[in-house]
Amino acid sequence: MDPKTYKFDTLSLHAGYQPSKNAGSRQVPIYQTTSYMFDDVDHAAALFNLERGGHIYSRMSNPTVQVLEERVCALEGGTAALATASGMSAIFLTIMTLCNAGDHMVVSSQLYGGTVNLFRLTLPKFGIKTTFVKPRDTEGFKKAIQPNTKGIFGELVGNPGNELMNMPEVSNIAKEAGIPLIIDSTYQTPYLCRPFEHGADLVVHSLTKWMSGNGSSMAGILVEGGTFDWMQNDKFPSMTEPYEGYHGLSFAEEFGPTAFTMMARAEGMRDMGPCLAPQNAWNILHGLETLSLRMEKHCSNALKMVEYLSNHESVAWVSHASAPGHPDKELAKKILPKGTGSMIAFGIKGGKEAGAAFINNVKLASHLANVGDARTLVIHPASATHSQMDEATLKFAGLSHDMIRLSVGLEDFEDIVNDFEDGFRAAKKPRLVANK
Amino acid sequence: MKFKVRGIDTFASTGGRPFDKNKPLIIFVHGSGLSHMVWVLQTRYFAFRGYSVLAVDLPGHGLSSGESLKTIEEMGNWVGDVIGAVGCKEASLVGHSQGCLVTMECVAQHPEKIKTLTLMGGASAIPMNPELLRLAEESNPKAVDLMMDFAHGPAGHFGGHPVPGLYHLNVGSMIVQNKEIKDTLGVDFRACDNYKNGPEVAKKLDLPTLSILGAQDRMCRLKDGKILADYIKGSEVKIIEDCGHMMLLEEADQTLEILKKFIAEHYPLPS
Repeated sequence: MDPKTYKFDTLSLHAGYQPSKNAGSRQVPIYQTTSYMFDDVDHAAALFNLERGGHIYSRMSNPTVQVLEERVCALEGGTAALATASGMSAIFLTIMTLCNAGDHMVVSSQLYGGTVNLFRLTLPKFGIKTTFVKPRDTEGFKKAIQPNTKGIFGELVGNPGNELMNMPEVSNIAKEAGIPLIIDSTYQTPYLCRPFEHGADLVVHSLTKWMSGNGSSMAGILVEGGTFDWMQNDKFPSMTEPYEGYHGLSFAEEFGPTAFTMMARAEGMRDMGPCLAPQNAWNILHGLETLSLRMEKHCSNALKMVEYLSNHESVAWVSHASAPGHPDKELAKKILPKGTGSMIAFGIKGGKEAGAAFINNVKLASHLANVGDARTLVIHPASATHSQMDEATLKFAGLSHDMIRLSVGLEDFEDIVNDFEDGFRAAKKPRLVANK
Repeated sequence: MKFKVRGIDTFASTGGRPFDKNKPLIIFVHGSGLSHMVWVLQTRYFAFRGYSVLAVDLPGHGLSSGESLKTIEEMGNWVGDVIGAVGCKEASLVGHSQGCLVTMECVAQHPEKIKTLTLMGGASAIPMNPELLRLAEESNPKAVDLMMDFAHGPAGHFGGHPVPGLYHLNVGSMIVQNKEIKDTLGVDFRACDNYKNGPEVAKKLDLPTLSILGAQDRMCRLKDGKILADYIKGSEVKIIEDCGHMMLLEEADQTLEILKKFIAEHYPLPS
């Protein structure tokens, strides 16, 4: 006897939506509206006071966005989700729901540059400080925890260096300290890894990337695992104590496994308002329908690319968890059994100058500040995505000036290789000139 | 709020309002392995409309201490004791699934205390599938997955919850899994399986009673819910189409609307 609940591919097409409640529309309708009619005064009061479900104003929730939230939640195995205007706003909303002024976070040092800036420069303005720890330094996460630490945050596979955080072990450290583990799982998508199954409590995504795959729309999401007991200690008073904004409501007491998301929506969306446009939610939903198919091809192309780059005379080093000698290979087998994703970092011989020549001379690969598009993308992080970091921070984050970040797309592999050969040929020229 | 019943720390949600023993009391009783959290889309409404609400966690469940009670009769008696423990003399009861058996038993044992009874997804007996019972008693998480599968109707499996962002299949699952499965779900399933007094108790009930049934209920099938309602003198029956066993989550709004009308008619606020 086995449960007949729907599985991953079915959920990616159907979760969160019932055509019978939407005029029989097979496709999810775009509810392009700001606000929603109340039945009567009593109905309005009940909605405003979280006594019943429903929509009030599209800053707080929207029926099209709601389908996306439920669908991603179902795919991640979570209890509740909240979509946002971008991945960065999902992270900001999460931290602002979790922390108060005077609190502290322990954060992996290998992150998207914008996330580094948020923790290093912006959150201190709100009195929230951060200690950065290298992703492989599992004991370092433990040592960095202070009495006022409210959570551990990290990307499972760090951007751009592809170092893995040992999520199960860091989760144990977080559990021991009575704080949640928050994982940015953008690189993996739930197809490659469902972090709640490895001890994460909250997951954030930039849906702009692989989840949509089409590079058309910005979006982010916070997903709650329902695993964290907010009442286990006195570290989270805003979750456990009466909240004045809703007549003394205790979110943890009332909403249990969905408490964090309820609060992030009721307070964070209400007050900060980084809501997702319904058109963008619809675009992301379209991408989700083919998530499995795309991720399989992304991963198979990436494996071929790792082999090609590892054997290329112009490449100094390759970082991908499938690459020969990658220090996290065994960990990746355990937590990423379906594939290690399509992000590759490699060092080009000739350093920054060669890297610039390479990027300027590839034609099929797009030079831009995004990852996870269906198309192959390249960038030189030290001069672009991570350019606002100083030398010391770059070094601590594992970035070198010869590093090229590659997001492998879905094109025919031979076409990507032919394009790269043009890039490598151009990258050799400045060196040949220098050698003379 | 926390209070003591028979000396044991007991938790009940008061729907976000301070408990007031002078207001009419409605007690909500959850189903097997669950907790007060399943009632949030019904309790807050009444709590902010002049009633005192207690969505109790049965002993050993949710935030209540102690060990799970082993029989439906014990649970029914315990709910009766809750009324006195909070300083009240009477209450209306609302039960879901196993909570229907428990609330019926409570009425049978404390008829003078109970003013109305609402049964959601009920039946006069809830015999358990032997394999499901075994899995629950072995703390096998598959028992929870099977329960969530059976408990939700075809539409519920797709989602589309009235509360934006909630994926309620996993919400129910997490509520159960936050406790040791064999100590809550296992004990509850065994208690349901052992309980044989349902028909006799139902035939003796003599109070305003409402049965809310899901047309697609696979845990307590619609026909079994109707049979139970037929046993109860004058019982109202409301059927929610395209809904499974978890009507309080799957079709929370419809469930609340039906309950509101019943409570307003049979257990009105003092004028």
